[in-house]
Amino acid sequence: MTRLLKSRELLLSAAILALILLVESRFRGFAAPGNLTAVFNDTSVLIILALGQMAVILTKCIDLSVAANLALTGMVVATLNAAMPGLPVGLLILVAIGLGLVLGAFNGLLVWLLDIPPIVVTLGTLTIYRGLVFTVSGGEWINSFEMSAGFTALPRATLLGLPVLSWVAIAAIALAWLLIRLTPLGRAFYAVGGNPHAAVYTGIDVGRTRFMAFVLSGGLAGLCGYLWVSRYAVAYTDVALGFELDVVAACVIGGISIAGGIGSVGGAVLGALFLGVIKNALPVAGISPFWQLAISGAAIILAVAFNARAERRAGRVILKRKEASA
Amino acid sequence: MSNDTVLETGTRPRRLPDRLTGRGQRALRSWELLLLAVGIAIFIANSMASPYFLSAWNLSDATFNFTEKAMIAFAMALLIISGEIDLSVAGIIALSSTAMGFALQYGAGTPVLVLVGLGTGLACGALNGTLVTRMGLPSIVVTIGTMSLFRGISYIVLGDQAFSGYPAGFAVFGQGYVWWVITVELAIFAALALVFGVLLHATNFGRQVYVIGNNPTAAAFSGVRVARVKMILFLLTGLMAGLAAICLTSRLGSTRPSIAQGWELEVVTMVVLGGVSILGGAGSILGVVLAALVMGMVTFGLGLLNVPGIVMSIFIGALLIGVIAIPRLIALARRRAA
Repeated sequence: MTRLLKSRELLLSAAILALILLVESRFRGFAAPGNLTAVFNDTSVLIILALGQMAVILTKCIDLSVAANLALTGMVVATLNAAMPGLPVGLLILVAIGLGLVLGAFNGLLVWLLDIPPIVVTLGTLTIYRGLVFTVSGGEWINSFEMSAGFTALPRATLLGLPVLSWVAIAAIALAWLLIRLTPLGRAFYAVGGNPHAAVYTGIDVGRTRFMAFVLSGGLAGLCGYLWVSRYAVAYTDVALGFELDVVAACVIGGISIAGGIGSVGGAVLGALFLGVIKNALPVAGISPFWQLAISGAAIILAVAFNARAERRAGRVILKRKEASA
Repeated sequence: MSNDTVLETGTRPRRLPDRLTGRGQRALRSWELLLLAVGIAIFIANSMASPYFLSAWNLSDATFNFTEKAMIAFAMALLIISGEIDLSVAGIIALSSTAMGFALQYGAGTPVLVLVGLGTGLACGALNGTLVTRMGLPSIVVTIGTMSLFRGISYIVLGDQAFSGYPAGFAVFGQGYVWWVITVELAIFAALALVFGVLLHATNFGRQVYVIGNNPTAAAFSGVRVARVKMILFLLTGLMAGLAAICLTSRLGSTRPSIAQGWELEVVTMVVLGGVSILGGAGSILGVVLAALVMGMVTFGLGLLNVPGIVMSIFIGALLIGVIAIPRLIALARRRAA
């Protein structure tokens, strides 16, 4: 199993490297360290969201509301900042994470207590949250001149040669790895998605675990709400419209099985980076950004088909091993 | 870790093996009665809230709020009853409409445009159906993928441009009238309601759809060709999305890649509001018809009160969750009380 996952990560790394080299061979300078860190920085938000989505998908659920959650929290903190420039940025970040947690918890509670299919819950909350952005803002934009300098400067400030935004992504990767590998909750994510019935017998509360996954995804989306709005220094109703598809695509490309229970932090990060490299290579190669949506869609379909085959193979190997040991 | 998924392939454990008889059916009846009551209440509320509501021509205009979505909802109802879902329907509309606009550039007349629209819908449905039934992929993810693929192709073709200049004869689908205030779309809606009602409730095929939704394994063992039925349902959904694309394009008179954005949600909401179980196995066409009327009247009423579209979408989202949540909340409260 681990060997298969490792090979998936190896495969993805090779694909990303090949992609970078391909673009570099045609357009000098793409693979320059400065540009690659810029690509990583540009992909940071996608990476952070993919980590949260991974936890949700591991438990056999899906969270389509992340982009709307991001837009709503981003609009709320931008509005707060515009109305009260004196509020410290740290407090606003806490507000963003807190609001994101609440929005995620709302999804989680509906899935946990009322047992409503996650796809229905998050399709519903996707529109509700997006609509709330409009009601909060009245359809108005909040532009950079209305935001305080500290608010917009933080993600762009550099620390040891990398922007803070990149460091946040790196920290999120490290924390997610610790959570998944070293905590009971991380194990529970796999157990719940791998076999919900068996998870119940081992004393894991399936509903509560799913709730926690949604809360995690929501909290990260809230954090990204601040990061997105401050980085681009603008907040409006359609911020990150449709971005949830990229997040799901990153996970699926990263080998996280939509059937639950299979996936790794490395896979999610590489899946996000793969999309990030494509997204940044398109304008360099002179391809219209209008290709982006179709590429994401095709990537999801191909990755799901690829995953399904890989999982089938893995399953057979496990069954054989069982027979041998019996 | 994954041996479980292997052992479970193709089957999903169901807590309720058959919801067609007894209490389930009675609950469905009462759900339809409830919808009817809600519909009448909204009708009265609307006519009291706005002096413009109760006019034959206004009501005729109001039907455009639901006719196109309901065409897809009928096919989607069958698909959801069989335990699958198609989230790509709005993407199919965009692609069909783009294909028609493309054909228009080569001088296609109305009959060719209609064939192109329906054909594109069928082809999209065939792709979804093949990925789900032949390759055994989960329909939720497949259709999330094809949703962006189909709309993405429209964006590649059109970018920020638009196709327009459809021939006058083409306008009949979205702007024509059969008789007095009865629009062509309303007539199509009524005819399709009848066709799908008969298909689901009075044919062998319809029974098979229910059986598959309740227990695909048992269905396969009792001789139902599960993959074939599901493939037909995906084709049917694609075809209906193509038909909706014809009506919508004809009504708007132009094609943009953002056409029908977010409609998949409204179609699914309509189906679920109509009493179709999102887990499959239960539902009726009558319920979907009533849900279409209720949703159409609500959005029209809110429109008369100058409520912006995006705020209406909050309402639709809340409706989708509320319709499923409220019965479960009541059941939960009852269990707590007992």
